Amino acid sequence: MSIFIDKNTRVVVQGLTGREGQFHALRNRDYGTQVVAGTRPGKGGEDVQGIPIFNSVEEAVKATGANTAMTFVPPAFAKDAVLEAAIAGCELIVCITEGIPAKDEAEMYDILKHTTNAKLLGPNCPGLISPGKSNVGIMPHEITKEGTVGVVSRSGTLTYQAVHELTKLEIGQSTCIGIGGDPVPGMSFIDVLTAFEDDEQTNAIVMIGEIGGSAEEEAAEFIKHNISKPVVSYIAGVTAPPGKKMGHAGAIVSGNKGTAKAKIEALTEAGVKVVKNPTQIGTAIKDVI
Amino acid sequence: MNLFEYQGKKLYERYSIPTPSSFFIKNLEDLNNHKSFIFPLVVKAQVQVGGRGKAGGIKLVTSLDELKNAVNEILGMDIKGHKVESLLIEEASTILKEYYISFTLDRSAKKYLMLLSAKGGMDIEEVAEKNPEDLIKVYISPSQGLSEDTVTDAINDAKLDPEFKNELKDIILKLYHLFIAGDCDLVEVNPLAITNNGVLALDSKISLDMNAEYRHEEFSTFEAEIPIPEAEAFAKSKGLNFIKLDGSVGIIGNGAGLVMSTLDVVSEHGGEAANFLDIGGGAKAETVTSALEVLESDSNVKSVLINIFGGITRCDLVADGIIEATKGKLLKWPIIVRLDGTNAKEGLEILRNHENEKIIISESMDDAAKLAVTESQ
Repeated sequence: MSIFIDKNTRVVVQGLTGREGQFHALRNRDYGTQVVAGTRPGKGGEDVQGIPIFNSVEEAVKATGANTAMTFVPPAFAKDAVLEAAIAGCELIVCITEGIPAKDEAEMYDILKHTTNAKLLGPNCPGLISPGKSNVGIMPHEITKEGTVGVVSRSGTLTYQAVHELTKLEIGQSTCIGIGGDPVPGMSFIDVLTAFEDDEQTNAIVMIGEIGGSAEEEAAEFIKHNISKPVVSYIAGVTAPPGKKMGHAGAIVSGNKGTAKAKIEALTEAGVKVVKNPTQIGTAIKDVI
Repeated sequence: MNLFEYQGKKLYERYSIPTPSSFFIKNLEDLNNHKSFIFPLVVKAQVQVGGRGKAGGIKLVTSLDELKNAVNEILGMDIKGHKVESLLIEEASTILKEYYISFTLDRSAKKYLMLLSAKGGMDIEEVAEKNPEDLIKVYISPSQGLSEDTVTDAINDAKLDPEFKNELKDIILKLYHLFIAGDCDLVEVNPLAITNNGVLALDSKISLDMNAEYRHEEFSTFEAEIPIPEAEAFAKSKGLNFIKLDGSVGIIGNGAGLVMSTLDVVSEHGGEAANFLDIGGGAKAETVTSALEVLESDSNVKSVLINIFGGITRCDLVADGIIEATKGKLLKWPIIVRLDGTNAKEGLEILRNHENEKIIISESMDDAAKLAVTESQ
């Protein structure tokens, strides 16, 4: 098992004809992911290297049985694209698009929550990979290895760093998930932790957080009461100066809320092994499994 | 992006939010653009820092002489490290009551949050701490919005003056409209005042969501008016996310998380980062060349650490960029390079084939950071 995606995942790519969409969809397909359809209004009937294009997600789902959407459309259209995929019946929507206005994200989340059962990963995330089974997103699969450690992170490149440290020590991963660093992410740490706890393949968890917001503190509280599997964590931004916004819309430190210190304390208190340096993630996991 | 008060008040005008009439000046001569003044007026320093009133950055004036004196005094003043470069001159109001209101996004609730209090005009964080019952919190569903009834209830709950409830309701709904339609991360009015001229938004603290810049022409106009240091402006023009810090290890990396983490690891090894510089995803060779140019302008830099984990970013292009930037140059500092991920082998090959004793390849992030720290000391 793995979480959210496996060999039966059938992906429709929104924005397949764009540069990024095409590049990653083909890479995902080469890896073995079933990329069954793409959408681009007005280009229905065409294809991208054998992947059929439809005018709408609804048509794509009907014709191909797609159950997962991967969204590459530009920020201005991303909210509508995600809602379209949900209404068409996709169970999982992986939104890669970066730079969506916060108001659109908040509204999108609210509508999804109240009207559909679809799960949203992202926006502004690298997607997820279950090594050996399926890759839906932009993670470099070369650094992954099939195994038993679940990885969840708010940061893209730090996820790669963590996975790299594990693979280097011959420790494989069940699923690696980037939830994205935006203000209103779809799936939270807690959603992913819950799935890892229930997943038979996963026997330990790596959680990578960063300064800003309170998602890590909430996750810590959740871990304390609900997670029996060992968790290793790393928090980026210990030395980030307060009040500076370092790239991620989410990574803003204000006052003493959301500081690395507060997060590390909360996680440690919840029994999580927090490492000081991302290169220690591999050995820390080795110690607990 | 945080706006100055005068910029926020331009948005008030656009959204028909009642505020005292005012004008903006950058020097004493600008006063000549105005034929007559109706006193009393308030002279307000335009700085993006709280507590300017206590620091002497706000003055009430009742004559032209007093106005000129105040302008001379406040312009150029240093308020908590912020130099006063401009002033807002505003019609004075007799304040009868001061309230507080703000709209923001509560990230953990994933809803908008309205905070309302009858105890305005003071530090609201203090009110929240000492008298939490005086701060009314209203969560707003992003898909359903804020209804008139909810606002009426909040006005009652916060014990605002019932005599002005219609005016208050009107201004609160307009502020909410500004928050939503204006794509603001924050709209804060402290004080929202009952004055001899009715209910007025006397101050403005507004932060804009720059992801929404594409649908607001005024965002770039505001942005152009906000001074940023030269190096940051240059970096921005090249599409780089750069923040100057105080240390001596120059940092270049891809992805905000990895760069923040690099700062931390440098600090763990006893060094201090000179900057935060994220080249973003999918960087080209030119991006890396520009990044190195940005660091060249900082005389504090003693060593440079390039930490790349390629995903969308290709390490061979990063290596090309390093070669391009250093070709035929006498390097001021050593560059420690760590490449992993997409096309890392090709990238390292490029660097090895181009011998330069100042470019040092490191196998891991930790070793690279250690070396960069040693070289910076």
